[in-house]
Amino acid sequence: MPRQDPRPAAVDEPTDPDVDLSVPAQRRELTRGQGGILAAVSVGGAIGATARYAASLLWPVAPGGFPWATLAVNAVGCALIGVLMVLVTEVWTAHRLVRPFLGTGVLGGFTTFSTYAVDIERLVSGGYARTGLAYLALTLLAALAAVWCAVRVTRGLTAGTRRLTAGRRR
Amino acid sequence: MNWLLVVAGAMIGAPLRYLTDRAVQARQGTAFPWGTLTVNVAGCLVLGVVTGAVAAGAASPHTQLFLGTGLCGALTTYSTFSYETLRLAEDGAGFSAVANAAGSVAAGLGAAFIGVGVAEALWL
Repeated sequence: MPRQDPRPAAVDEPTDPDVDLSVPAQRRELTRGQGGILAAVSVGGAIGATARYAASLLWPVAPGGFPWATLAVNAVGCALIGVLMVLVTEVWTAHRLVRPFLGTGVLGGFTTFSTYAVDIERLVSGGYARTGLAYLALTLLAALAAVWCAVRVTRGLTAGTRRLTAGRRR
Repeated sequence: MNWLLVVAGAMIGAPLRYLTDRAVQARQGTAFPWGTLTVNVAGCLVLGVVTGAVAAGAASPHTQLFLGTGLCGALTTYSTFSYETLRLAEDGAGFSAVANAAGSVAAGLGAAFIGVGVAEALWL
């Protein structure tokens, strides 16, 4: 006699069995969950990438030159994610799309790791190894310093504001 | 036209990063940010191939804007990489933080060199 599984079969189903995908009105329930986040990330990414492209046009780099525009974009993006993450994880209860839109989308699309790496490759292969290595180290240092400072400063400011509000309530 | 190519590429690259990150993080139980490392290294490889192809005259500057500036630019991220490195350091995982920073840069750079090399072997 086969062993009986005490659990109801529905437990093993990966998706919510209450959502019937053949019913358009219920299909929208899935879109609201994952689709909303994907749309927010996608639109945010387009905004961030557009801003990065604008920076590259405003601040063009000659062949063999130091890629200041990408360094600035990455450092600014790292500072902003530090501010954002303290605000949405430690200070506010943000709307569920704020972090996907601003953090994953806008800032993720604004900053870039691929252009950073390929610019170093171009510099080293083009005979500008020293510029390439300086750019490698300076970007890493600027990015980590920016996110660290931004987190510290935002925590300090929001803690000060919260103490003030608490004082006024008393 | 150029702006639209960047926008179109980024609208694919950013959600691709989100989905890849989630899929990779769901498959392993550690705090190490393998998801971000994966998208960053993959993006460096693809951008290396695209840049090499454009340099060899096998791809147009439009391809560079769509696949390079737009898709690879949005697929990869420096902000999440540095924030996750900081989080590892703050949580007392100093070794993981250093390993993530050094490993990401080394692997991304290696992927960029391989990508350009592949493009030069194919089209030069």
